[in-house]
Amino acid sequence: MKSLSEIETTSKRASKAVGYSWGVSEEVGKNIRMLEMFGLPGIKNLIEYYNIKKEKKFENLKLVNKENKIKTYQFCPIISGMSFLDQIRSLESLGEIKFEKLGYPLLFLPFVSRASEIIGKRLMFKLDENQFLLNFNISIFSNLLKKDIIDIANLASISFLENSDSFSEKEWNQLYKISEETFVKESESLKKGAAGAGLTDND
Amino acid sequence: MQVELRDPNIIMKLSRLGSFHQSKLSFLRSFLKEFKNWEYRKDLFDLNELGYGTAIYSLRKEKRVYSLICFANELNENERSDRVIATKWDAAFTLYDGIPSKKDIERLKFEVPKQEIGRLSYKELTLSRANKSIRAFNHVVESLSDGKQPDVKFLSKVGYLYRTTAVYGSGKFGLADRFRIKNREEIYGPFRLEMMLVYLVRQFTFDQVNHIAKFKNPKKSTKLNDDISRNLGIGNSTGLGMAPFIVNHPTLLNNWILARENALKNIREIKNVKKEDMELFKNCFKKSIKNITSWNTDSEYQKKKINSLLNDLNKFNKFIENDFNSSEYYLFNKIYLWIEKNLGEECIEYIVSLMMEPYDNIINPLTTQMSSEEEKYFNIPTHRTVEDLKKILEEKYSEMLKIDFSKKENNQNFWFISKNKEEPRLANRFEEKGGDLEQPLAIARDIKKLYETLSTSKNSSTIDKFLVNNNHLRHVVRRAFITEKFPYSEIQDNTISNTIVPIDMLRLKLSFFGAIKFDPRSDKWLRISMFQGAPLPNELKKYNDQWIYNSLN
Repeated sequence: MKSLSEIETTSKRASKAVGYSWGVSEEVGKNIRMLEMFGLPGIKNLIEYYNIKKEKKFENLKLVNKENKIKTYQFCPIISGMSFLDQIRSLESLGEIKFEKLGYPLLFLPFVSRASEIIGKRLMFKLDENQFLLNFNISIFSNLLKKDIIDIANLASISFLENSDSFSEKEWNQLYKISEETFVKESESLKKGAAGAGLTDND
Repeated sequence: MQVELRDPNIIMKLSRLGSFHQSKLSFLRSFLKEFKNWEYRKDLFDLNELGYGTAIYSLRKEKRVYSLICFANELNENERSDRVIATKWDAAFTLYDGIPSKKDIERLKFEVPKQEIGRLSYKELTLSRANKSIRAFNHVVESLSDGKQPDVKFLSKVGYLYRTTAVYGSGKFGLADRFRIKNREEIYGPFRLEMMLVYLVRQFTFDQVNHIAKFKNPKKSTKLNDDISRNLGIGNSTGLGMAPFIVNHPTLLNNWILARENALKNIREIKNVKKEDMELFKNCFKKSIKNITSWNTDSEYQKKKINSLLNDLNKFNKFIENDFNSSEYYLFNKIYLWIEKNLGEECIEYIVSLMMEPYDNIINPLTTQMSSEEEKYFNIPTHRTVEDLKKILEEKYSEMLKIDFSKKENNQNFWFISKNKEEPRLANRFEEKGGDLEQPLAIARDIKKLYETLSTSKNSSTIDKFLVNNNHLRHVVRRAFITEKFPYSEIQDNTISNTIVPIDMLRLKLSFFGAIKFDPRSDKWLRISMFQGAPLPNELKKYNDQWIYNSLN
């Protein structure tokens, strides 16, 4: 079994070898490490992408907009993902970001996960029929099972999920009531000796 | 009284970093302190009469066990090489997490001796190999088998029976990644498990030499005396592999240096220095001189440094004996101000290390702050502005920005990874091929490029916009923001100039390991000794913390 350290270093070097700068290659190294740690096929997708890239042109999306469309080629997942990560603070207000023809979108995924941590919001990443819920770069929930390589997402979208409770106020109150069973009712004498007792707040 | 931390522009120069010495903060000393109450065992010693076979040693506490597995193999004279390109060694070692099963031992017997081309698993923590110092080893075997102790004077010139040539950890060749073990309290300090491996290997070398001598002459042989054993360490041959490490791990480098700087600051701020603390300092100073006078090297570069160190130590001795008023307040601050004014870099850092000796209360908490969660600082704060970044460069890299990289001498070398052995190397870009595959270690040059590019950009523009067209500078944009938070994270020198002395980078790292007797064999590799004078494993529960100055050598 390869260690994550080996995976990161080798992915970084390979990325430099295919033409990315060292700074970009460092990002790819970290991302592939993350995918493999979460049990997603990072190495498989990266090697396939680098092989295809020799023959096929991919477009570098440098400025991300609400709708990102392309006529001829596919978007490069690495440069597009990095642009998304770098520009995340200005993209947040756009609500939902869409990409058409995103090549090897699993390589884009770690950038979304890291962006979720930066802005402190969960992000929903949809790749055609596959969905990924990115939780602050701590965990990834997905319905993607078994599929090793995704060579293209004809439509990819990222939604910013507002920080809100996953339960109703009623459910919360029920739970809180149960938790109250751990509290002790104070006697009058205890109340008299508690912090601030005996003083006026105007002294 | 408040003392300022020393200026990174002075401390982070390579000549200063290359003058660092071991101290109470050094990893091998903090390792011994952490593990002093662990149980030591020799679990297996299955060597044939020539000393080849398998041995296992362990350190245990409650349910935690670390086992060193040693494989000693026969090696022809012409196969023995300390160079990283070697493929066979006298012995190979791995530190196993727990108690290895028979199946594990069989697997490792096949993989560990192969080192870089073997495959380890997440159950193994560190990996190493070592060669005998044939002169010393044979002399000890001959003496012991003849019923005599070896010649101490002769041994002191070498200082060890075996030299390691690499110690690997943190996920190399399939070893356990650091994330698997980083929350264990006993390994909060950096390189703890590497230190453990080397320490237990040292004991193996003594047991092996005793074993061979006994089989050679069962009736007459004797065992190596404990005092002699204690004064033998483990040698190490170190090449350029270590140098990029300190560039590639800026927050870790910061935490090492910051611990040292905080220690010095806290010690200088002590108003009433207790008499016994001053006595301990003076005592260590006097005893330590033996480590300098027994420091053997053929390197003219190091000989010069040793001579200058000895001259300065004499000056300091006169000062402390004749001109120093020990009834005043802030004695260590007075000492520091005097050494800074009167002594060279090598001696300043030597005395700084010695100042730490009396102060467990200051040093112990710092030893747990020398690791780093590097991932936390990886993301670039792209909402910051071009103006912010320019200011950081002007403040933190002012010396680097003055370098003219159009001059050949300032741009002469490049760092690359050797295809033969996947190890870092340094070469002249005007004489060797491969400059286009340069590693991102020319920080000064790339920082200057970044500054020039920023100077033509709009000040109010944010970094995300700047990166749209300047991703080739992304690696140094990241570094600059790290340096803003971590003042000691960057070497303040040009690592590709024609005057670079790479062994200064090695020396810095090795001093934090706790190595002594640096012996440069060229400007690109050196030999050192570790654990010389250290307590033997069965003495761990009760040992003198200043053991490093009690060496007989």
